[in-house]
Amino acid sequence: MLRFVLRRIFLILPVLIGLTVIMFVIARVLPGDPVALAAGPNATRDEIARYAQEFGLDRPIWVQYWSYLTGLMQGDFGVSIFTRRPVATDLATYLPATLELVFAAMMLAIAIGIPAGLMAAVWRNRWPDYTSNVLSVAAISMPRFFLGLLLQLCFAMWLMWLPLGGRFPIIYEPPPFVTGFYTLDALFAGDWESFVVACRYLALPAIAMSLSPLATILRMMRASTIEVLHQDYVTTARALGLSPRLIVFKYVLRNAISSSLTVIGLYFGWLLGGTVLVETVFDWPGIGLYATSAIVAQDFMPVVSVALVIGFLFICANIVIDVLYGLINPKVRYQ
Amino acid sequence: MTALLDIRNLHLSMHSFDGEARVLAGISLTVQRGEIWGLVGETGCGKSVTGLSVSRLLRSPPAEYTQGQILFEGTDVLTRTEAQMLTLRGRHIGMIFQDPTTNLNPSFRIGTQLIDVALAAARHDSAILGVPTGAGRSARRVAARRLAVSMLEQVGIPDAEARLDDYPHQFSGGMRQRVLVAMALIGRPGLLIADEPTTALDVSVQAQILALLKSMVAAYDMGVVLITHNLGVVSQVCTHVAVMYAGTIVESGPRETVLDQPLHPYTQALLRAIPSRDVARGALQGLPGSVPDLINAPPGCRFAPRCPLVRPECLAAAPTSRQIAPQHHVACPVVSEARHA
Repeated sequence: MLRFVLRRIFLILPVLIGLTVIMFVIARVLPGDPVALAAGPNATRDEIARYAQEFGLDRPIWVQYWSYLTGLMQGDFGVSIFTRRPVATDLATYLPATLELVFAAMMLAIAIGIPAGLMAAVWRNRWPDYTSNVLSVAAISMPRFFLGLLLQLCFAMWLMWLPLGGRFPIIYEPPPFVTGFYTLDALFAGDWESFVVACRYLALPAIAMSLSPLATILRMMRASTIEVLHQDYVTTARALGLSPRLIVFKYVLRNAISSSLTVIGLYFGWLLGGTVLVETVFDWPGIGLYATSAIVAQDFMPVVSVALVIGFLFICANIVIDVLYGLINPKVRYQ
Repeated sequence: MTALLDIRNLHLSMHSFDGEARVLAGISLTVQRGEIWGLVGETGCGKSVTGLSVSRLLRSPPAEYTQGQILFEGTDVLTRTEAQMLTLRGRHIGMIFQDPTTNLNPSFRIGTQLIDVALAAARHDSAILGVPTGAGRSARRVAARRLAVSMLEQVGIPDAEARLDDYPHQFSGGMRQRVLVAMALIGRPGLLIADEPTTALDVSVQAQILALLKSMVAAYDMGVVLITHNLGVVSQVCTHVAVMYAGTIVESGPRETVLDQPLHPYTQALLRAIPSRDVARGALQGLPGSVPDLINAPPGCRFAPRCPLVRPECLAAAPTSRQIAPQHHVACPVVSEARHA
């Protein structure tokens, strides 16, 4: 098992290097002159050239790439040509916000989707199944940002239960930085009040993000549970007097969950890369907004670095999923 | 004395899109402790459905019992609630199925599966585990594990204690079937239903499993219904035989009587269809025709369309089973007359 994990971790390296090469090249061959854009509309040719020299953009692309790569080894993600801030600092600010949102959304999706899918399969073609079918089709087919708007309208405008947007009240100090997740940091600081506030701000965007993975997990879980319920070993378990609850929640669940695991891993990546709409609607200061503004400004370094970080997290998520596969399916483990 | 299992005139219909299939049309069978009944017949004749009915494992709908009773130790299982059936399954009625590769859960250690069956069987009867009634969870668990080890030893799995922590894929097919035998018997059931327990195994392993079953039945004084389509298996282990055709039992009785002096034309045809070294090349006889459609089954004897001895009255009404000799029943008016004539 340990060797399996180590081998997987070792294989990350070539993937990440490949990712930097592709991103670097794409960012450079795109039309437009980012330096001119950053230098401003009134800059003279000389000023633009000086600007390019300052950021090392006058060097050949492979030299630039090499200096980026060696910088990465030391945790240096380059400097934004637009804000002149180091990208690493920006990532440290924005990435935890997005990760907190994505984790919260995935936890909601898993915690509800898996038991609901199991139930829908057990009560197939009865009302719990029909209800979950209708709701999940609605959840999958509704765009995330639209759902966000609806939630805002309902819970923030009409009912006034939850804040409209943002991550924390501006007038208060957020909890001291440990993980960058406000909810966790508040707990670490023992600040119960801040925790509740952070959760209230997190709730609506997390729900908006969670519904499509929730519905997908539910559907996958339902389909695989139905398949497992028809297996011979379920008949044997029934024939030997095991209670239905034990059969479903122990014996069926473990066999049915693996297809959902795949979806969970994939969705984790998709959500990381697709937060921008939800972040826009809820004014959530995350990496999606950061990357989008960098793309618009043709600011390479943030774009390449965000892609790299998301790629890295996506790979990590899938390694975790692979390990879980091994835990669930003994055949994978012993190979 | 109440019989262990007494199936009386059981009728079972299955509702399908094409209409109502009368899958069982009046099955009667009595099994006592110590008896091993071989239930033989072609695929689709209702053998497995009969076995599953005893434990009420068919989903209803589509299955519907239209007539008859299944008396287990004197009470009708068809009138029992699902909760009552839970206390019967595993504890009083054990089952073994055909394919050992698919009947063990691949994701759990065999120990876990054995222990759960033992604990389920001991829900209302702690004596199985050898612990007092009020024993705590951990004490029951320890006892169940000990019982699982002893069962594995009894079914001939070497190094049982260590193998308890292995997964099904780490066992060979024959060993897996032994594990399933242990699982079926860990609750000390009085009745064992074995549905084609050797069909999926190699011939050499088949003999081992049959010998194992036979010895376990003797050790625990069980009654057994052994469902098979293999008459060789029947002659090896069974004390009694019931021959099924299209949802009816056409002939039943002690093994020697039925296999050596078969009366029903279907039994005779079945025996003629067994290949053996003595049969000359090309002389093996199949049975012409095919199994009737159970949705629009013929009103009379279901075997009549293929029967060499068919008479007009066979087509009019279903034949009733008659006792020809002690325990020997045949559902055919023609042959009984032929014998007596």
